[in-house]
Amino acid sequence: MGSVQQQKQVSVFDLFIAFASIGLIGFGGVMPWVRWMIVERRRWLSEKEFLDVLALSQFLPGGNVMNIAVCVGSRFAGFAGALASLTGLVLAPALIVIMLGVVYSNFAHVPAVQGMIRGVSAAAAGLVIAMGIRFILPLRRNPRALLFVGATAVAAAGWQIPLIWILVSLLPLSMLTGWFFRR
Amino acid sequence: MSPRPVLVELAVQFALLSVMAVGGVIAVVPEMHKTVVDIHQWMSSEAFATAWALAQAAPGPGVIVVTLIGWHVAGAVGAIVATVAVCTPSFVITYGISRLWSRYSQHEWYKVFERGIVPITVGLILSGGVVLTTAAASSWATYGVVAATVAFGLLSRASPLIALAAAAVIGLLGLL
Repeated sequence: MGSVQQQKQVSVFDLFIAFASIGLIGFGGVMPWVRWMIVERRRWLSEKEFLDVLALSQFLPGGNVMNIAVCVGSRFAGFAGALASLTGLVLAPALIVIMLGVVYSNFAHVPAVQGMIRGVSAAAAGLVIAMGIRFILPLRRNPRALLFVGATAVAAAGWQIPLIWILVSLLPLSMLTGWFFRR
Repeated sequence: MSPRPVLVELAVQFALLSVMAVGGVIAVVPEMHKTVVDIHQWMSSEAFATAWALAQAAPGPGVIVVTLIGWHVAGAVGAIVATVAVCTPSFVITYGISRLWSRYSQHEWYKVFERGIVPITVGLILSGGVVLTTAAASSWATYGVVAATVAFGLLSRASPLIALAAAAVIGLLGLL
């Protein structure tokens, strides 16, 4: 347990500033910036420690990057650190997105602006589909996983089954079969 | 059952969505769309797609789409309520669990959970993409933009912002 004693000293203020900068520079996905800031720039965590935090954050509900902020914050400065990190991450982007929304609604009647937002909306939708397909590729030799991908997509998008029913039915089934067919 | 005040409803719905967001906020897009557009009719499907697009164009975590929806529903107070509601459950859960985690991270059950959750998350992301496409695409040209962006996302490692910017220019020129 010697590594715990060697942990870096990181203040609540440092945490707030670091996560606020991640929020501000993180265009088009924050995750790569979080890793860069925590592991490379500030050297608060090693690559291995960061992966552990990432695994936990993906496993817990809520935004992954938000969960990373809470984990890292609480690790270095307890409750105040967790709160400072999460606030830093969300505050500035929330203000910026509201400003964007206000600017947009003031110009929403201009045909060119309507066209622009139609384009961006369509592209943003396409990026989500592409992300889903990219995640399928590593599963392509795994019929069990593909079955559950398909079942979930049909249940959610096709039949519009409430998410909670998907989570209490398909998730345990998926875990059970995943455990049963483990290698 | 009398309807709850809109701010209370906003807080309850986004807190619930946050708890169900296993695999990240993007996994609850279909459910968020259903809640906001179909059940409570706080905004049109098109406005939902616009909010998602604006949140993608802004820096920061994807969760801030919720801020914009809150703003749309009930102004500044709505934005604050929605943002705090979506942050609080995951803050409480993550803060609690992170204190215990290091002892358990290597255990077999985590791998079992991961094998189980990955396909569900991928299915939810795909259906989120379908829901957003249905909300955003209104013509053959916009479906063309969706298709082109899917191809871009699959074939290129460049920043997604390039695709958003290109689509913005095409739309600005009045081609959509």
